[in-house]
Amino acid sequence: MIAPEDEAGFTAAIDAAVADRAPLAIEGLGSKTGFLREMQTAETLSTRNHAGISLYAPQELIISARTGTTLAALEAKLAEGGQHLIAEPPHYAFLDGADQTIGGVVAANLSGPRRVAWGAMRDHLMGMRAVTGRGEVVRSGGRVLKNVTGLDLCKLFAGSYGTLGVMTEVTLKVLPKPQATGTVVLYGLTPEVASRALAVALGSPFSVSGAAFLPQEAAMAVGYERAITIARIEDFADSVTYRVGQLGALWAKFGTVETLETAQSVALWRAVRDAEPLPIQPGDAVWRVSVQPSRGAAVLDAGHAAGLFGYLDWGGGLAFLTGPATLAAHEVVVGAARRAKGDWWLLRAPPELRRSIDAVPREAPALAAIRQRVVASFDPAGILNPGRLFAA
Amino acid sequence: MITLPKPKPDVLARRDAVHEGLRAIMQDRGVITDPARLKPYETDGLSAYRQMPLAVVLPETTEQVAAVLRFCHQNGVRVVPRGAGTSLAGGALPLEDAVVIGMMRMNRIVEVNYRDRYAVVQAGVTNLGITKAVEADGFFYAPDPSSQLACMIGGNIGMNSGGAHCLKYGVTANNVLGIKLVTIEGEILELGGTHLDTAGYDWLGIVIGSEGQLGIATEITVRILRAPEGTRAMLAAFDGNEVAGACVDAIISSGIIPVALEFMDRPAIHACEAFAHAGYPLDAEAMLIIEVEGSVAEQDWLLGQIKEICARFNPISLKVSQSAEESAAIWKGRKGAFGAVGRISPDYLCMDGTIPTSTLPLVLRRIGEMSAQYGLQVANIFHAGDGNLHPLIMFDANDPTSMHKAEAFGADVLRLCVEVGGCLTGEHGVGVEKRDLMSVQFTEIELEAQRRVKSAFDPEWLLNTAKVFPLQAGTASAGPDALPHAA
Repeated sequence: MIAPEDEAGFTAAIDAAVADRAPLAIEGLGSKTGFLREMQTAETLSTRNHAGISLYAPQELIISARTGTTLAALEAKLAEGGQHLIAEPPHYAFLDGADQTIGGVVAANLSGPRRVAWGAMRDHLMGMRAVTGRGEVVRSGGRVLKNVTGLDLCKLFAGSYGTLGVMTEVTLKVLPKPQATGTVVLYGLTPEVASRALAVALGSPFSVSGAAFLPQEAAMAVGYERAITIARIEDFADSVTYRVGQLGALWAKFGTVETLETAQSVALWRAVRDAEPLPIQPGDAVWRVSVQPSRGAAVLDAGHAAGLFGYLDWGGGLAFLTGPATLAAHEVVVGAARRAKGDWWLLRAPPELRRSIDAVPREAPALAAIRQRVVASFDPAGILNPGRLFAA
Repeated sequence: MITLPKPKPDVLARRDAVHEGLRAIMQDRGVITDPARLKPYETDGLSAYRQMPLAVVLPETTEQVAAVLRFCHQNGVRVVPRGAGTSLAGGALPLEDAVVIGMMRMNRIVEVNYRDRYAVVQAGVTNLGITKAVEADGFFYAPDPSSQLACMIGGNIGMNSGGAHCLKYGVTANNVLGIKLVTIEGEILELGGTHLDTAGYDWLGIVIGSEGQLGIATEITVRILRAPEGTRAMLAAFDGNEVAGACVDAIISSGIIPVALEFMDRPAIHACEAFAHAGYPLDAEAMLIIEVEGSVAEQDWLLGQIKEICARFNPISLKVSQSAEESAAIWKGRKGAFGAVGRISPDYLCMDGTIPTSTLPLVLRRIGEMSAQYGLQVANIFHAGDGNLHPLIMFDANDPTSMHKAEAFGADVLRLCVEVGGCLTGEHGVGVEKRDLMSVQFTEIELEAQRRVKSAFDPEWLLNTAKVFPLQAGTASAGPDALPHAA
């Protein structure tokens, strides 16, 4: 493994890999090595030694960090300023290892429950530095919240899984941590009714910042006996009290409403964020499906009928599913996502499955041709995480 | 002055054939070639620059856009996309050898879905038109650029438009779920959809803000949001820019994120007050408009907190609005700022840099010095929450020296923005106006990386040529022949 301590080290490593035509696996702490397609690489290039906060300006809502900074270290720094990452990035229970880097979180564009109201990691990436597959340093964006100067390469790099370049520094927009958190709970609903209740919450004027449905098995994994439908409010304490009450009144038509205080709420939403409700067995696969919210229930039902377990976040718009890592199970998820006109990711699976199949949907031919040209423009030798996202 | 590329002589020579080809595709509807009827399309919001195009086409369907682009691609004809023509950066400025594709006839709202909170609209729907279509049901479309009455969502895609409320709600890129994009080759791409995260690369993210360089958006799926229970504004006036800036920092540091936080300097306050009679304090050096939302009790609490914070900075006056009408009055002056400055000066340049908020006092001091040096007045309006600075530089377009000075002044301001850690443009785009300043912000390697992405979508550089990217030194051309390293 090559783990440079400065940007020049990344440039040198990439230059050498290009000269040797030796593909590199790009990673931070390797927590997502088991994600998406299996790769054939000669060497690993890691950001893990390139760590540290380079700028924190709480009054400007901005933090910059070298990409090997751990998520935990970044969050601890923000906590000193009473702030947090807006997209609430998950620390999935099925990651390899105890921590992940901020570079990895941005490169995978992973967001938690708050994404439904406040945007994804890609929405808060204000600027970055990266070394491309040409060994060139490229900056995009900056440290300001509004910027339309040139093409927004930040967006292209967020979610690119290290296939365009190695990000060396990211600048993120942050927000104050809420004073209080409250949750409204409904018990025992079916997925379809739950998704209606979640739509009512998200369509209310009360600034709901989380909306999830856990079927019974998922709810039991986090300490509830029956299926739970939950909506979250985060704000100043008086606002939370008021809004939770208003939301409860709106939900009364769906059943008996209970409310959770801050401590219980924070614990429950952390579990939802981290996919803890999934009953994952060793060797199981995990899929993530993003659909129009009202179609999430059908995805969950299709999975259930085939023996997969899962739950819904983002008001029904995000389904997590887990089950045996078989082609048959994969086809069930892909079919359900396709019928719902959504997107899917084979997030985690044993290498055998990830070697033989697509990990994300194929693009239409015209878009695939553009994608190949864009990727080649950053990585002409095809040495950065080759085949991680797409086979060709 | 800005150089435009040399027109392609072979295209000009085939003018009649191009006109005929376009008429055949459009079945004789919506093709403009008569000079008198082309006239309205010769410029946009950057009206100092004018150029008659080869033709204007006004398609009514995505398929027509695709057919026209395919035709232009096959015939090597350049294309300039156009929405309402409100660009302040010359983003829709025609070229002599280019076909302007005007999207105003694609003005239909295709679908509204309240349960899943999205609307599908054609590119020619105005920004405000989206909110108007859903507000009776309590919803709105969040980005609200000042030109929202006229500007079209297709143009908002091009410029990643923001507005006064992006501190809370973000800009266009944060509020779009899907785009139907037609490539120069006439392919119709479906990017994103009606869901939040899309697998693979973030094509929406790279297309939004690309100023028509990558394709033409014909249909857009936007997120619509439920409006808050209410909003209310307050006004705080101070005797110096520094103290007003410090007050902004204190508000943000308190954990309160107002939905809007607008700053005006003394000249802006005076111009707006004379225009709108909003009751702005004329003895102030700086003024903040602060808006919060929620129930009446929540508004009272938030405004009370903010008022306490402001009080620590020796305000000249603090005025908390007691009703929706009073809030509207407070906003009236700010929203009319451009018109107000237009009344005191025959012409003005509206600049659009972004700066780290903490540098505001320094930047305003330097702009003041430049104003004295150039002998031109300037009024500053600042989205304090997000660092977007709009200096309005006043000049007289009938006096070439004055105009030249104004442009030089503007360029100096933008260089200053980059110097303090900001950028050339927050929401107006680069267009032709700031094209030649791009090398102030980016290295040649960085520009080349962006050009290669452009080339991946538009290999012959036919889309909105000579915008965004600096022309190559010593040539008046743009595109692959001037780009030896392009992929």
